[in-house]
Amino acid sequence: MKSQPVIEVRDVHKSFKTVQAVRGIDLSISPGQFVAILGPNGAGKTTLVEMIEGIQQPDSGDIFIMGKTWKGNEKYLRNVIGLSLQETHFIDKLNVWETLRLFASFFEIGKGRCEEVIRLIALEEKRKAWVVNLSGGQRQRLALGIALLNNPKILMLDEPTTGLDPNARREIWAILLKLKEQSDTSLILTTHYMEEAEQLCDYIVIIDQGKILKQGTISGLLGDIRDIPVRPVETRKITLDDLFISLTGRHLDD
Amino acid sequence: MIERLSNSQLVQLILANVKELIREPGVLFWGIIFPILMSLGLGVAFTKKKDVVTNIAVVGQNTLANQPSVAPSVLGSFLLINKASFEKDEKGLAIRKFTVPDDKLGSTTFVFHSLAWKEAMELLKRGNLNLVLDEKSGLLRYHFDPMNPDAQLTYLKLSKLLNIHGPAVKETNAEIQPLTVSGTRYIDFLVPGLIAMGVMMSCMWGVSYAIIERRSKKLLRRMVATPMKRSNFLVALITVRVLMNFVEAGLLFLFSWLAFNITIQGNVAALLVLFIAGNFAFAGIAIFISSHTAKTEVGNGLINALSMPMMVLSGVFFSYHNFPGWSIPVIQKFPLTMMADGIRSIMIEGAGFAETALPITILALTGVIFFLAGMKIFRWH
Repeated sequence: MKSQPVIEVRDVHKSFKTVQAVRGIDLSISPGQFVAILGPNGAGKTTLVEMIEGIQQPDSGDIFIMGKTWKGNEKYLRNVIGLSLQETHFIDKLNVWETLRLFASFFEIGKGRCEEVIRLIALEEKRKAWVVNLSGGQRQRLALGIALLNNPKILMLDEPTTGLDPNARREIWAILLKLKEQSDTSLILTTHYMEEAEQLCDYIVIIDQGKILKQGTISGLLGDIRDIPVRPVETRKITLDDLFISLTGRHLDD
Repeated sequence: MIERLSNSQLVQLILANVKELIREPGVLFWGIIFPILMSLGLGVAFTKKKDVVTNIAVVGQNTLANQPSVAPSVLGSFLLINKASFEKDEKGLAIRKFTVPDDKLGSTTFVFHSLAWKEAMELLKRGNLNLVLDEKSGLLRYHFDPMNPDAQLTYLKLSKLLNIHGPAVKETNAEIQPLTVSGTRYIDFLVPGLIAMGVMMSCMWGVSYAIIERRSKKLLRRMVATPMKRSNFLVALITVRVLMNFVEAGLLFLFSWLAFNITIQGNVAALLVLFIAGNFAFAGIAIFISSHTAKTEVGNGLINALSMPMMVLSGVFFSYHNFPGWSIPVIQKFPLTMMADGIRSIMIEGAGFAETALPITILALTGVIFFLAGMKIFRWH
């Protein structure tokens, strides 16, 4: 029997003044599934995720999280979702431990879970370091740790590795791969790094100009590329970037 | 119990705000040390008697020479009789000094320089001289800018002295009774104003700016994406600010009491209630002005646009009765004016609840109205 999707998006539209950010997106995510929403800057990724997070209201269409809409279920849904926004700054002069304790208190979670999380994100040595003194990678790990405090059923990460160096990026990936192995948390990850999507996710949604261009498993999507005329790829491995170029004529990081 | 309390989101939010506050050295300086320094500086400047040195150019004759001239002048006779001292200035030129001692109003030392008219005019233009004096046929002539209060004062003092022939200078002014009793000094006027201003600035920057900055950094949005109660966030922010304001005002009062013997003449309970009402008013206004913008530049402008006029007009440093009559009823309705006047009436005039009930009510209502209006349009994202 097919399990109920944790997230279901049905024909969602969203506009800002004259810009149509999201134009009729349908999406279904199963429990434990890691989904990458891939697209260039301005594709509508963040708007879509913000609507799923309940921060933005769609102009039309429906969004169900764990079978519930945001209206009337906000408290329950906030407890089952963990998220990390693009470029969040925490309180500069709180240390790592204090920041975790602060956010844990919002979920009525005690010190025990904070200890687990600080180990998971490998910031034990930085426990007493002020947030302002952390490196970009350490801050992003802290943001990820905060998103994981409540053992979320759904984890939403908005470009979690943008601006990080390759090592810091791999550290984030390692934490997420461990999570994938050990829990049934579903992940929605927005990124414009195809390598990140390939490494972490088993289902890819490629969007551009507010529409889904293509979605499927990595092998399925890369299989499709053989049917599309692209530049010669025989000399190297075919990537999602090739697929994106074939669909839009542009690179993902354009 | 303690574990449960330490896991409470309100307690954690309050702790976070306290830690953020005390870890910022600027907050301690501007919030606590600066008002004390200001009260010290202004209190000393306007409360203690001041010894004055006034420079006078004497032109036209050598009245300052070691020996009196053949035909003694009015000034020469005066200096001779009163045994004015002979000294040299930094250029080695002869000067004569005469001090009128006064333990109540402060001593005045007259320094007489013998100068040519042109040189005297140059020094007068540079502000190095207060007055130029010359004498013709036994008639003293005083040259000074009538718009310059220092020059006027010098003229009044000197002309009085020179009209008294002989050693008639009195050691004391028995007829002058300077008002130095508690409640009538400038410092008594200043400290309540500084306390009220401290509350306003602290709420404006500590609440408004903190909210706008958190919104601009997306921290507000991140926090409300959790089950955090939104009211807890605001309650924690305001509570910490009010506590900080109590500490600031308490330290300022303690300092003023030790340094200037300032006391509270009226009802202390009424003062506390008024203080809380004032905090409430400014916290409400702070929530209102920070309710929408996510730009710290806009926030800066809004805070300054609101607080600067009140700082200037509300009689923090000097009485607002110096402003035109038509503006006074308007000024009196500003929250800062109400708070400063209320604190003054309790501290200086011995007022109690009966006299301060109206400002307390208006300040509290101002807080409620602005808070509710702010919450109506508040942007959490």
